[in-house]
Amino acid sequence: MDKIRTFNDLLAMREKYKSDIDLRTTLKTKVSAKETDKKDSAGVMHILVCGGTGCKSSDSEDIIKNLKMQIEKANLADRVKVDPTGCFGFCEKGPIVKIYPDDVFYVEVKPEDAEEIIQEHVINGRIVERLLYTEPNTNEKKHHHEDISFYGKQKRVALRNCGLINPEDIREYIAVDGYKALGTVLTSKTRDEVIDIVKKSGLRGRGGGGFPTGLKWEFAKKYENDQKYIICNADEGDPGAFMDRSILEGDPHSVIEAMAIAGYAVGASLGYIYIRAEYPLAIHRLEIAINQAREIGVLGKNIFGTDFSFDVHIKYGAGAFVCGEETALINSIEGNRGEPRNKPPFPAEKGLWNKPTTVNNVETFANIPPIILNGAEWFASTGTEKSKGTKVFALAGKVNNVGLVEVPMGVTLREIIYDIGGGIKNGKKFKAVQTGGPSGGCIPEKFLDTPIDYDSLTAIGSMMGSGGMIVMDEDNCMVDVAKFYLEFTQDESCGKCTPCRVGNKRIHEILVKITEGRGTEKDLENLKDLCQVIKDTALCGLGQTAPNPVLSTMKYFWDEYVAHVKEKRCPAGVCTSLLRYKILEDKCIGCTACARACPVNCISGQVKKPHVINSEKCIKCGACMKTCKFKAVVRV
Amino acid sequence: MCKNIYADEKFKILDDFIDGMDEKEGSLIAILHKAQDLFGYLPKEVQLHISRKLSIPAAKVNGVVTFYSYFSEVPRGKHVINICMGTACFVRGAAELLRKTEEALGIKAGQTTEDGNISVDALRCVGACGLAPVVVVDGKVHGRVEPEQMDEILKSCR
Repeated sequence: MDKIRTFNDLLAMREKYKSDIDLRTTLKTKVSAKETDKKDSAGVMHILVCGGTGCKSSDSEDIIKNLKMQIEKANLADRVKVDPTGCFGFCEKGPIVKIYPDDVFYVEVKPEDAEEIIQEHVINGRIVERLLYTEPNTNEKKHHHEDISFYGKQKRVALRNCGLINPEDIREYIAVDGYKALGTVLTSKTRDEVIDIVKKSGLRGRGGGGFPTGLKWEFAKKYENDQKYIICNADEGDPGAFMDRSILEGDPHSVIEAMAIAGYAVGASLGYIYIRAEYPLAIHRLEIAINQAREIGVLGKNIFGTDFSFDVHIKYGAGAFVCGEETALINSIEGNRGEPRNKPPFPAEKGLWNKPTTVNNVETFANIPPIILNGAEWFASTGTEKSKGTKVFALAGKVNNVGLVEVPMGVTLREIIYDIGGGIKNGKKFKAVQTGGPSGGCIPEKFLDTPIDYDSLTAIGSMMGSGGMIVMDEDNCMVDVAKFYLEFTQDESCGKCTPCRVGNKRIHEILVKITEGRGTEKDLENLKDLCQVIKDTALCGLGQTAPNPVLSTMKYFWDEYVAHVKEKRCPAGVCTSLLRYKILEDKCIGCTACARACPVNCISGQVKKPHVINSEKCIKCGACMKTCKFKAVVRV
Repeated sequence: MCKNIYADEKFKILDDFIDGMDEKEGSLIAILHKAQDLFGYLPKEVQLHISRKLSIPAAKVNGVVTFYSYFSEVPRGKHVINICMGTACFVRGAAELLRKTEEALGIKAGQTTEDGNISVDALRCVGACGLAPVVVVDGKVHGRVEPEQMDEILKSCR
């Protein structure tokens, strides 16, 4: 690879490799499904296959292998390229294959489809209809990316290169203006000017804290020291969140470039990416990216011939959610148990090895290069008054379209869940949407028209958090959900402070009691008090926010808690200890199928006469309900 | 994995790895990952070896090993089944998958079968939420797993 010694070298390399990307960004006239444009089908084509963890586990690597084989067989290797790319976000319909320049979007592709794609589409110019996405409401087939309703309201800034470039080739990153922002700041902006741009943009921390990024950098710049550090928090511990993973797998250079820009602004020469061990593919892509960046010269000594030097190393997590908290993370990098420290002093003053340190989230960093290139006003023109820009959400749970979405701040929950998410799966009724992970809360239907931003979600008892958004339906028990979150947080508690170590465990015990039918009204009172005390006294964010799922479900779904405690009943039919199976006399025809299916012989009755379940002996396995063809067995 | 190399050789590989580190002080976690890769788990002997090599108290090494859920002081099974218990998977029925697996094997999450063949654990979010519920078997990610499929997965490990 050519070395980059000056900013002009970078711009020259960009020109050299631009044509590859132009093929993907300058869309030719759309090829209709019936007609063919013979010229295009004989011309250059790029096939990009999603190489994110989700699609990889659905054999996207085999798809790439087979496509390459077919291309070799047809002697088209000089004109047709196949490459892996980052997450398109439409995980529900993966593996995804995108063909350029036609801008055709194939979904649920299997390795066996490779032959047809090459023969029909590439060679004969005929789109393979059966692999196109079908809109559920209109049954219309869509071949173009932007026509698909899932993407209609999205604006991909942090995810701009995912699905566009091959993350394992730095030249493709450079071709889409990669490292141009770094070159610009190093050759024509002072450190204060860089900080000013980030401040004016209004960018706030995307890891959940929402702290103004420019201000954070300004604080760290203030503290003079011979060594400062930039840390990228890639721990992404929130269960149900995979935004950062997708950025790291699909566009690792955007993070590396941003860290270097931060290093310049703050005065740091060394960066660490702290990444959780559960992300082996992201680690692999980062290792490749860092090595390529060093080889080409955009990392290391005297970048672009200036006196600024910067290097990046990877540090691994080892399965501890609390290490997402910045001071716990710093302790972990130092080789210690991941226990948080008291703040103040904040990391900007005394962080890693007690030196001034800036810790930022992956998505926060991914926004930096476009802010530098397009300007603060450009970024601030999207979003709401206090929350600028876009946010990536991991939409999961009981929606039809599970995947990664990036929307401008201010889009409503309803738009995300229904317009982008395609509504609730299997026609069930929406019950709640959980945002903010274990630190957040459950939001009921009446707030679906809330525009999403940092402050509006906090106002209704939840928070934006890192971007996990789990949709729940009528079959989810909210007490069970609260118990699930506490099971997680009390297990992940580092143990350093009493309120969290002891308090959250007690909350969990009370919730177990309630879901097993042994809860009392006093328990509900104690729960409320305990939650408030822990919020006020725990040492770090994990402990302080652990009670949030309980408090928000108690606020909006109080009737479910009361039913569990007073009536010993679980309205959603989830808590097994509270389930009772009953045979409806007027529906039962006495066929005895249920009695024969029962593993504990607790159903009695004569042939052709209504049967009865003995609740004392019943083990609530549900076999009778599954067997009955007359809907005579119900759960009460 | 390095199953056929004798213990001495494994210690040598580990020592070379430690010697090759630029900053030994902050590298304990990376070293423990490497050691667990080599030995399959982190018995007392390995922890003591690392503490002597790095000149740090064994109690500190043990404190770190027992803090992080990735590290195990007991041997894992030949096959490792990890059921993701992240929120997205939970909401789509992961608890039922775990219950079925525990029942079928007669062990609880975090344990290994008596014959040392299969270990089961609850994993905290692999990040493949688009494929919920997710089960990772020997490092391979299986998505959209139905309870009935668990039988097949278990059979393939036997």
